[in-house]
Amino acid sequence: MDILAFLTDGLLIGFVYGIAAMGLTLIWGVMNVINLSHGSIIALGMFALYFLFVSLGINPYIGVVIVAVLGLLLGMIIYAVAIHRVINAPHLSTLLATFAVNMIIIGLGTTAFSTSPRNVDFSLGSATVGPVTLLGTRVVAALASVLITAALYFFLYRTTLGKYVRAVTDNRAAAELMGIPSARVLALSFGLGTMLAAVAGGLIATFFPFTILSGGTYELKSFVICVLGGVGNPLGALFGGLILGTFEGIIPYFLPTSWVPVIEFILFVVILLVRPTGLLGAKK
Amino acid sequence: MSLTKLRNPGLWITVIAVLLLGLWPIVTQRASTREEIFTVLLSVVLASSLNILLGYTGYVSFGHIVFFGLGGYVGLYLIIVQGWSLWPAMAAGGLAAGLLALLLGQAILRLRGSYFALATIGINEAMRAFINNFEPFGGPTGLSLNFQTYNAYGGAANALWLIYYIVLILALFNIVLSYVVKTSKFGLGLMAIREDEDAAEVMGVITPRSKTWAYVLSAILPGVVGVLFFFKNGNIEPPQAFRLHMSIELLVMVMLGGFGTVFGPALGAVGYQRLRGLLLTSDLFKNIQLAVAGLLLLLIILFIPAGAVGWIRRRFPILRRYLP
Repeated sequence: MDILAFLTDGLLIGFVYGIAAMGLTLIWGVMNVINLSHGSIIALGMFALYFLFVSLGINPYIGVVIVAVLGLLLGMIIYAVAIHRVINAPHLSTLLATFAVNMIIIGLGTTAFSTSPRNVDFSLGSATVGPVTLLGTRVVAALASVLITAALYFFLYRTTLGKYVRAVTDNRAAAELMGIPSARVLALSFGLGTMLAAVAGGLIATFFPFTILSGGTYELKSFVICVLGGVGNPLGALFGGLILGTFEGIIPYFLPTSWVPVIEFILFVVILLVRPTGLLGAKK
Repeated sequence: MSLTKLRNPGLWITVIAVLLLGLWPIVTQRASTREEIFTVLLSVVLASSLNILLGYTGYVSFGHIVFFGLGGYVGLYLIIVQGWSLWPAMAAGGLAAGLLALLLGQAILRLRGSYFALATIGINEAMRAFINNFEPFGGPTGLSLNFQTYNAYGGAANALWLIYYIVLILALFNIVLSYVVKTSKFGLGLMAIREDEDAAEVMGVITPRSKTWAYVLSAILPGVVGVLFFFKNGNIEPPQAFRLHMSIELLVMVMLGGFGTVFGPALGAVGYQRLRGLLLTSDLFKNIQLAVAGLLLLLIILFIPAGAVGWIRRRFPILRRYLP
């Protein structure tokens, strides 16, 4: 295959990685919580889309919208049950609380869906441009990702509720003094984060097979991207996703594929050490 | 460190409790009981080690299992490829883990809070991916022990007992070590870092050095038991050696028992493994054991964040002397 083909594949997937990481970075930025249930929610997004498509015959792109709503609700419930009580505790508590949620979801998911791989059998055809073959599902997923990013920015910078989210991010105590109901804003922000994770899962399900355990890989990628793009910076997450996608596209051209995670994680640790605010700078 | 400190009744209660647990399979001579207690003692060593970094110093390591895996790999490589015997291989495994911690410590202990936790995940994953490509360690297939190797230790059956005794001794040693560290000036410095790192520095604690030594101290024994575990197991593969899930189980054990206490991690390790065994063997919970364990963890985090020992210490101050 030509390097250009590798690059295009990587870039298109990179957009979706960006959406997944945006969910993680939003929660991290707003409430300083690293959501360790991120991966399992991505997996739930995949399964939700699968059942909407296979059992109810709903078009996957309408399915993604339903998945988004479900993801938002699920996140708000998780916040109320598991996070709110420990939001001001040392970070170990929130890490373990979200990890406990992860265990519960994976445990129930494994029982309900087993760990055998599933596949959403859906195709939009493909277009060939020179040496590059563009798969329809991946192009749509990339476009959807750009659209979602734009919508998120519109929400954060052009609506009152978005302004509340930004205020709580900057200074929760001051925001409360201004009469902003911070608990509800935090719940909404957590819901938005899980919504993005679930949507990313749904989009990934349209072109890759998956199991209930697949989320873990994307969670680790999201960490790498968050740090690349700067914590709490949604646009940074999208760029970080593109950088990671590009790496994943290009590295197999020079080295065996199994070296990709080695380079990814070494890069991750090095960036944490050299520029913990990310390549593009953290929000704040 | 004066010897009078070692007269603390709480330390000896912990040591005797673990010793009794460890002697049980030796008395009954049942292999199945031995296997069960072996897992528990292994967890005691790993959780108590993690506690030195997590409980005393307040640094959350999500990838502590990297030392267990690396120690196991170095030890098995020396035994299988270089023909070393178990004893020097154990020492080498511990040394390798300690060295890795020393090198890493210089770099990543500068990070605070969640950033440190994430870096430890990154290091564990990088190490696993690297070993997966590292031919001397067998790449993705790992290393396998020739069954004849056990003959030097009186056959496989005897070798299993030998390994059991060593792990029991290491578990007891680790508890005494935890206690000695906690009651020393060095330990006081670590706990000062946990409460407020900047204030500790102002008060004269040389924080980078203290943190690094705490990290090294918490890495050596996992390296040693890594060698023992995989020697007993007979083979080692990257996904087994660097299992992130196991790292987090260790955190759960420390939280369950009470972090920052000497008895807590041991109690947490026993409690967690016991519970896991019960859930795995019960018909009702067999399939959803992970979910039940998760729910339990959530309840502990939300309602008893200090863990069992921490809760008792707070509730019954009179018992503090007996629960260091």
